[in-house]
Amino acid sequence: MLLILCPYCGPRAEIEFRCGGESHIERPGPYSEVDDGAWADYLFTRKNPKGEHRERWLHAAGCRQWFNVARDTVSHTILAVYPMGKTRPPTEAGT
Amino acid sequence: MTKAYSAFSLLCEGLNQQQGWEPAWRDAAPKRAYDAVIIGGGGHGLATAYYLAKNHKLTDVAVIERGWIGGGNTGRNTTVIRSNYFYPESAAFYDFALSLYEGLSKDLNYNIMFSQRGMWTLAHDRHGMDTLRRSANAMLLNGIDAELYDEAGVRARIPGLNARPRFPIVGGLVQQRGGTARHDAVAWGYARAASALGVDIIQDCEVLGFQIEGGRMRGVETSRGTIRTDRVGMAVAGHSSVVAQKAGVRLPVSSYALQAFVSEPVKPCLDTVVLSPAIGTYVSQSDKGELVMGAGLDLYLSYAQRGSLPWMERAAAGLIDLFPQFSRLRFLRQWAGIVDVVHDSTPIIDATPVPGLWINCGWGTGGFKAIPAGGWCLAHLVATGESHPLARAFGLNRFRTGALIDEAAASGIAH
Repeated sequence: MLLILCPYCGPRAEIEFRCGGESHIERPGPYSEVDDGAWADYLFTRKNPKGEHRERWLHAAGCRQWFNVARDTVSHTILAVYPMGKTRPPTEAGT
Repeated sequence: MTKAYSAFSLLCEGLNQQQGWEPAWRDAAPKRAYDAVIIGGGGHGLATAYYLAKNHKLTDVAVIERGWIGGGNTGRNTTVIRSNYFYPESAAFYDFALSLYEGLSKDLNYNIMFSQRGMWTLAHDRHGMDTLRRSANAMLLNGIDAELYDEAGVRARIPGLNARPRFPIVGGLVQQRGGTARHDAVAWGYARAASALGVDIIQDCEVLGFQIEGGRMRGVETSRGTIRTDRVGMAVAGHSSVVAQKAGVRLPVSSYALQAFVSEPVKPCLDTVVLSPAIGTYVSQSDKGELVMGAGLDLYLSYAQRGSLPWMERAAAGLIDLFPQFSRLRFLRQWAGIVDVVHDSTPIIDATPVPGLWINCGWGTGGFKAIPAGGWCLAHLVATGESHPLARAFGLNRFRTGALIDEAAASGIAH
């Protein structure tokens, strides 16, 4: 069970949140120049790492704000919580 | 030495103080080269090796497994076998798996304890009933047995259902040919049969990397040395992304933890498999008497083989709504397997961009029931380089063309 530090509400239980999957996926563009392969890659291919993963979470049963989490997919340890729009965690955790 | 299992050999060994039994398979050490190497000693990998030897006469084959055979998802699932899918491609594939399961004990000379006790899906409201009716029609059109019952029909056939559940039982759909099998026995049976045909089963052998020369697969680097081979089949379920990445292949796969648990054993009280998609619970009783239950996916990436408490609570709450008498039982064990989920809940059995590397993955929460067909089709691919007709729709290219087979939405299965 995860204890997630919502940047707006503080530490809350996992059941209040929804995971939105991998962060920092950039939509390819411009539209007219994107081939099927790049589009499929954007929609479906995922890093799915064993180790540190950057992912989006939504505090669905709370403030309903999205934010980024760097989390270890083996130990489930949360390494950093950082706002949407930032590309790197503010700590040393993510390199 | 006793090789074949039969009532006669059992009798002879009884008279012989059980001294003549030999290990079911050879625990082999890796050779320097093989015609083909299969990565992953779970059900799919072992079945692939068996069918390579049996169907394609390719016996210079190694199965390499990081841990011990059947120690991953093959030993962690809830043993349900069914073919109640929606689309023709899935129905044909899973029904082929079911038909192989029906003859598997005899084929392998190993009792996999396949019990066709029926697989029920319950509906709790009118819309659930509409969904079941649609499923039943699709199944019948695909030539798969399906029977739809109203509440009285369900209650007459499933013993011990709650008379007044919080979510009323409106009806149910049953596939009578569905059921359960002993999961370990499937792995052990395939291992024994493959080993008898000359396949090397190598445990404690982790893949560290691949030898790709001139863009082509030439060998596998393992924790027990380098193995040269031109043909590699990969069936590693939840670790598909991790192993494929060592060959520079990226996959449309996400790994999640799917948990299950068993109760303490009790006398026979449930003679079928019951699934309620709405409540998020399914349950059957093992031959040992334990109630075997499953929960939903923990919907964040995980490589930890343990499930989270909220889903366990939800599954338990659903169970005791259906069967209040089970509330006094205690859980004995709880665990999770790491499952490889793709967006359309349809497997991938295909060549990869690296020539000589083929992949079998994307089973999500339902790989066990597919083991014979998954092995059959991967073996066909590794031996001939061509997709088996049953697996042609399960290519990687479908993510590019958009020809997805969206079972997740269609058959209402729990993914």
